[in-house]
Amino acid sequence: MNSFRQLFQYILSGLSNGAIYALIGFGFAIIHNATGIINFAQGEFVMLGGMLALFFLTILKLPLVPSIVLAILVSTIVGMSFERLAIRPLKNAKPLNLIIITIGASIFIRGMAMLIWGKDTHALPAFSGNDPLYIAGATILPQHLWIFALTILIIIASRIFFNYSLVGKAMRACAYNPQAASLVGIDVKIMVLLSFVISSAIGSMAGIIIAPLTMTSYDVGIMLGLKGFCAVIIGGMSSGLGTVLGGLLLGLLEALGAGFISASYKDAIAFIILLVILFIRPEGLFKKKETERV
Amino acid sequence: MSRNIFRIIFVLFFSVLMAGVVFAASPIKIGALFSVSGPASFLGEPERNTAQMMVAEINKSGGIKGRKLELIVYDTQGDATKAVQAVNKLIKDDKVIAIIGPSTTGDSMAVIPVVEKAEIPLISCAAGIKITDPVKKWVFKTAQNDVLAVAKIYEYLKGQKIAKIAILTVSDGFGSSGREQLTLQSKEFGMQIISDETYGPKDTDMTVQLTKIRDSEAQAIICWGTNPGPAVVARNAKQLGINIPLYMSHGVSSKKFIELAGDGAEGIILPSGRVIVADQLPKSDPQKKALTNYVNKYREHYKVEGDHFGGHAWDAIMLLKGAIERGGKSPAAIRDQLEKTKKFVGIGGTFSYSPQDHAGLTSDAFVLVQIKQNDWKLIK
Amino acid sequence: MTKEKRQIIIFLVFALAILITPFFLQGSYFLNVLVFVGINTMLAVALNLLLGYAGQISLGHAAFFGLGAYISSILTTRFSLDPWLIIILAAVCAAALAFAIGFPILKLKGHYLAMATLGLGIIMYIVFNETVGWTGGPSGLSGIPNLHIGSWIFDNDLYNYYLIWIITIIVMLLSINLSRSRIGRALRAIHDSEVAARVMGVNAQILKVQIFTVSALISSVAGSLYAHIMSFISPVSFGFNFSVELVTMVVVGGLGSIYGSFLGAAILTILPEFLRVFRDLDIVIYGLMLILMTMFMPGGLIGGIQSIAENAYTKLKGKTNSNA
Repeated sequence: MNSFRQLFQYILSGLSNGAIYALIGFGFAIIHNATGIINFAQGEFVMLGGMLALFFLTILKLPLVPSIVLAILVSTIVGMSFERLAIRPLKNAKPLNLIIITIGASIFIRGMAMLIWGKDTHALPAFSGNDPLYIAGATILPQHLWIFALTILIIIASRIFFNYSLVGKAMRACAYNPQAASLVGIDVKIMVLLSFVISSAIGSMAGIIIAPLTMTSYDVGIMLGLKGFCAVIIGGMSSGLGTVLGGLLLGLLEALGAGFISASYKDAIAFIILLVILFIRPEGLFKKKETERV
Repeated sequence: MSRNIFRIIFVLFFSVLMAGVVFAASPIKIGALFSVSGPASFLGEPERNTAQMMVAEINKSGGIKGRKLELIVYDTQGDATKAVQAVNKLIKDDKVIAIIGPSTTGDSMAVIPVVEKAEIPLISCAAGIKITDPVKKWVFKTAQNDVLAVAKIYEYLKGQKIAKIAILTVSDGFGSSGREQLTLQSKEFGMQIISDETYGPKDTDMTVQLTKIRDSEAQAIICWGTNPGPAVVARNAKQLGINIPLYMSHGVSSKKFIELAGDGAEGIILPSGRVIVADQLPKSDPQKKALTNYVNKYREHYKVEGDHFGGHAWDAIMLLKGAIERGGKSPAAIRDQLEKTKKFVGIGGTFSYSPQDHAGLTSDAFVLVQIKQNDWKLIK
Repeated sequence: MTKEKRQIIIFLVFALAILITPFFLQGSYFLNVLVFVGINTMLAVALNLLLGYAGQISLGHAAFFGLGAYISSILTTRFSLDPWLIIILAAVCAAALAFAIGFPILKLKGHYLAMATLGLGIIMYIVFNETVGWTGGPSGLSGIPNLHIGSWIFDNDLYNYYLIWIITIIVMLLSINLSRSRIGRALRAIHDSEVAARVMGVNAQILKVQIFTVSALISSVAGSLYAHIMSFISPVSFGFNFSVELVTMVVVGGLGSIYGSFLGAAILTILPEFLRVFRDLDIVIYGLMLILMTMFMPGGLIGGIQSIAENAYTKLKGKTNSNA
């Protein structure tokens, strides 16, 4: 019975972490699907969400809800500025240069956060207290429920948006073929901007909601961003269920690996999974195979 | 080229300044290596602040033997390569006669060969036992060895009749050194380590490791790391409903830990230098005066309390001051005087160096404290 | 003067300047800085072969640097074998690893390749950190012996300077030769369009793996030398941050330019000396440099210098022509 309880705890912990990875992965997927770019700075939006919320809460002493809203707003503005200043002028640059720019941006944003807020770690108060909930002998915290709730909300919202709204369908059109899309009157530039807006908003939301659990500091973005990227690769760059499943799977494998093999190599497990997927099935586990245009 | 211009301007500026204050005496140049930025900034920043504060105080009261102190601080960023570059700059470029720091064991080990060769005395603020064991001619340290911290905890556990323990250490220099000591000393105190788990410095969830520990026969958990990891461990332990006692290392002996761990911090016991419970010490404690002095001065300058880590720099500066006052003018003379230090009452403890012992402290350099209602409580 | 002759003269002048610099810096701290510039140049050139010529991005190159450093350190401290032989052994190991992993990894393109190399780098870092029994883990490995040839021990700045720079100059020479050879042209073809290159008969796959292997080999040698000079290493120096620093050096100097790699390495090693005053500003500046360089000067500093030189040359020519 004990080992069942242990296993169940691993599973629960793994799924909770996995939901976090999935939320972050969404941001990667949305930008990639609209522009073909991988935004290396995605992890930094997650960091900004948490740090800004903390800033508004503790320094400006605003209540919880306005702090959250403002934090998301400011992160979104940063995302928009990033798109206008660094991405748009280089629409036709080589992929190599785009990668370097997004890496440079992530370093820059991280550096600014360190200058403004220092290197300390900070804790955000939990949304609904810290008392653990018991499920079949394993425990999770109320904050985990918030994370699951947000993830489900975003899946539903993105489903509706991309499949049933005009704007969403327009974004998908840009992803498939920007030239054709502009021929039918879709403003590709606006679509690209919109994708950054959505990604940075979701990223910062993810950052805010996990900050009470993982605490926040200027450099939480690196690992979270990487794990989010793993999630989205496993899930096949989908802006929907695929990424969620990818994230959950990653979290699960990580927790089980840490529990049964070795906890010290936990991060290595995530990256080994990444490499294996990239080598064997780069289009992800949850997507139909696509052919590459020559 | 412009670097030379900078130097010329700086030298001119400084000379003018000096000429106005102390006409003939040249300043005593001391170098400092601290990891002010990077993963160990929680060490380097208070150490640098303390060192600068102390030098300013010393200079305000006339310097040492009429000469002012000049402190040249370089940031190693917790990176061994940068530490070596910085120490070379201090020795060859700035021509310092003594160096305090570095903050971390890794940086210290990296610069030791350089100072040994250049024959400049170094007072490290790092805790690793390897720094002074085996003894190196030119290297001293002020931070308490983790040997002593582990011994303190084990002693207490033995008194509590606990024999089966689980250890959870962070995979960085501090944690791995602690793990080494916990393992080495376990037999001596009759401890059986039945669970040996580790976590990464940036990990945000330790429920997996704690689940394994919860289901083992461990009667107590010892967590060895520095913020924020142990705070996560404390919270996770509360989440999992773990009710065996949780012990921490001196790596979390700062208010920050209590802030981060929230409710999870209640009841945790850890060894620490006396500085964090300075006001709870009995009047008879020889360190009380120096400690309260330090805590208040630091609060005056920097608006937060002086902590355990900044204290290492305090000790280094004061030890150096003592050595120079007793007749140390050249690096070699300073080294000799340092080695002769006996019963110096500092922040980390009472120091007595000797040719065989360049660490200078004994196990009473630590006290045990317990966190009660978000504050430290000294355990008698 | 033919282009080829000009290139040879430029190289000789460069090599000569490097070799006589120590005479002006007797016992100065700056000599120590230049030793590190040398190591970083070697690494930047190695990365440039992959990044600049073949256009394959690698965000985990510090891994090979670390591999060379650790293999050399472990084998010389535990088993007192001849350090020089071990440098070669380590290089062969690194090359073998690169060769084996090159095939699957270099099938990936663009962002996927970037992430895969990043993952590889992090996995290596974790291995360095966790195999405490061999590597000393996070506390690092100390007591690495200095290299020596006969009675000359490489334990001071002057000897280390020549040790590093002579090898670096050789590496630079070989790389410049490579770039001008058929292989170099094939690499540039792959960079521009892999499909087109394949159509023209270039075996892109093999070539990419070969250059990856060479790059890893050079990085490993740099790592071994670094370990013997420092006599202490720890995993921190071989992590993601350093990989990014290397990419920055190559980009800032100029992708595809060997002299650019030297420039980039020099700037990024010496800049922190100035920035000591500004302490925490260096991350921000690295990020800005990457962004601004890529946006406004994709050819790096060398590209910028070259275009200025060309502009001046044409202006001069124009003047003499109009006077004729």
